[in-house]
Amino acid sequence: MKGFLIRRLLWFFPVLFGVSLVVFFFIHLIPGDPVLMMLGESAQSAQVEQLRHQLHLDLPLYRQLLLFFTDLFQGKMISIFYQQPVFQVIFPKLIATLELAFSAMLIAILIALPIGILSALKKNSWLDFIARTFSLLGVSVPNFWMGPLLILLFSIRLGLLPVSGRGGISHLILPAFTLGLAMSGFLSRMSRASMLEVLGAKYLESARAKGLKEISVILKHALRNALIPILTVIGLQFGALLSGAFITETIFAWPGIGRLLINGIFSRDFPLVQASVLMIAASYLTVNLMVDIAYALADARVRLWRER
Amino acid sequence: MKRKAVLAILLIIIGMFVFAALFAPLLAPYSPDQQNLCPGLSGPSSGHWLGQDKLGRDLLSRMIFGARVSLLVGVSVVLISLIVGFMVGAISGVFGGMIDQALMRIIDLLMAFPGILLAIALAAVLGPGIGNVIFALSLLGWVGYARLVRGQVLVEREKAYFESARALGAGTARIIFKHLVPNLAGPVLVQASFGIAGAILAEASLSFLGLGAQKIPSFGSLLAHGINFLRTAPHLTIFPGLAVFLLVISFNLLGDFIADYLRVEEKR
Repeated sequence: MKGFLIRRLLWFFPVLFGVSLVVFFFIHLIPGDPVLMMLGESAQSAQVEQLRHQLHLDLPLYRQLLLFFTDLFQGKMISIFYQQPVFQVIFPKLIATLELAFSAMLIAILIALPIGILSALKKNSWLDFIARTFSLLGVSVPNFWMGPLLILLFSIRLGLLPVSGRGGISHLILPAFTLGLAMSGFLSRMSRASMLEVLGAKYLESARAKGLKEISVILKHALRNALIPILTVIGLQFGALLSGAFITETIFAWPGIGRLLINGIFSRDFPLVQASVLMIAASYLTVNLMVDIAYALADARVRLWRER
Repeated sequence: MKRKAVLAILLIIIGMFVFAALFAPLLAPYSPDQQNLCPGLSGPSSGHWLGQDKLGRDLLSRMIFGARVSLLVGVSVVLISLIVGFMVGAISGVFGGMIDQALMRIIDLLMAFPGILLAIALAAVLGPGIGNVIFALSLLGWVGYARLVRGQVLVEREKAYFESARALGAGTARIIFKHLVPNLAGPVLVQASFGIAGAILAEASLSFLGLGAQKIPSFGSLLAHGINFLRTAPHLTIFPGLAVFLLVISFNLLGDFIADYLRVEEKR
């Protein structure tokens, strides 16, 4: 067990380093002069040289790489548009995105788990058919369509919820549902499959033979075991949530890191783009690491198998 | 019987989009860029079946041309990913050892980027445009095929025919193309169908964010335009979104169908 945790943790850092390397080389992939691209063709040469120096682009590549990491760790990377250290710009936006992502995840779980369980218990019934149709729709309706449709119904037609922006709970509902519904489609499919697998297990028969009520057999014995693979899927879907956040934040003018990144691209603020990409990838890696550890702790079979 | 009907509907939907994409200039009632300012933002009518946008351009014509972008990107990304993924997976599986380890680590690294993030970052660096979108999506797309092919190669390697082909003196390339490719066709076809759906969705997302095709209409950019007029002209959002939804759900279901069919065949 300890061995697995240590190996998993040790694997995390090289991957993060690799991701930072990729992010570092972004600026060198730009066709033409990145500094001229940022400042525009009409920029004065003194300005160009100053920015080139600020971004260390006037130095040899290995020095640039070294300074990239030094700046990153010391928080000295400066956003060109905001004229502030990038992480000062990013953190409040990251919190807004995490607020949205976790709310969406909560909604997805609250919708998907009951649907998945019911549809497994009533396999091949009309209830199962409706549940499977729902999950297919959830997977296939793009969120750049779902969002506007929800706005059209709940904000414009019914006037119940605000169209955009970040404020109280009422602002959060529509974007969180837009993001959560897509995930709930996938999750309910997984919950159904996982529950079906567990329902065929022998230990449920012995639980019933002991005289336990059906409801406690399902909740205490079946669900508990079915939850383990579902947990992993939830973790893996976090990455999809972050990706979906780009679209959802754009539709609902939610001030998160996805929108910051897109705006950074259009204002050609490359340090901000680099830092945002790195932050998003790092949060994704961290969540996956936590899920892997939780999974290993929860499931003895994985633990033993991985230690082999 | 019911399943066959569903499959027929799927193929008809996909066929209609392919037909529209291939013959767009002949089918579109208007030029996609022809402006007509007087009745801007008007809804569906007999003259303009799906209505007009702010500049009075015909939405149906723009969507017919949009189908071109969607399918072009979907099919190209899957083809490129398939070729690259197949080669990498086959090399990794057949040779094993250090080469396999190195390739798998590269794949792990690429998979550390969540979904569309790498594509967005690349589009940011390379600039918008269809070619760049295809490149950016293929860069991550091949990873899934490489894993699939490698996994299958490892399974097939253990089977008796592989050993006997080797014993008869068949070279590696011959074994791959004569024996592995036919065995792989099924699972690869399933993944390709899901892959087209995924690439169409990703292209529409990038275009929606303004990072996709420029100048030519695509479903994503039509939606991004339409969303500004959600209150006055909801048709500009509803129809392009519906088109993406139909395409994506059709390819997803087609993938399911092929997978089911293969499972039944295997049981026989």
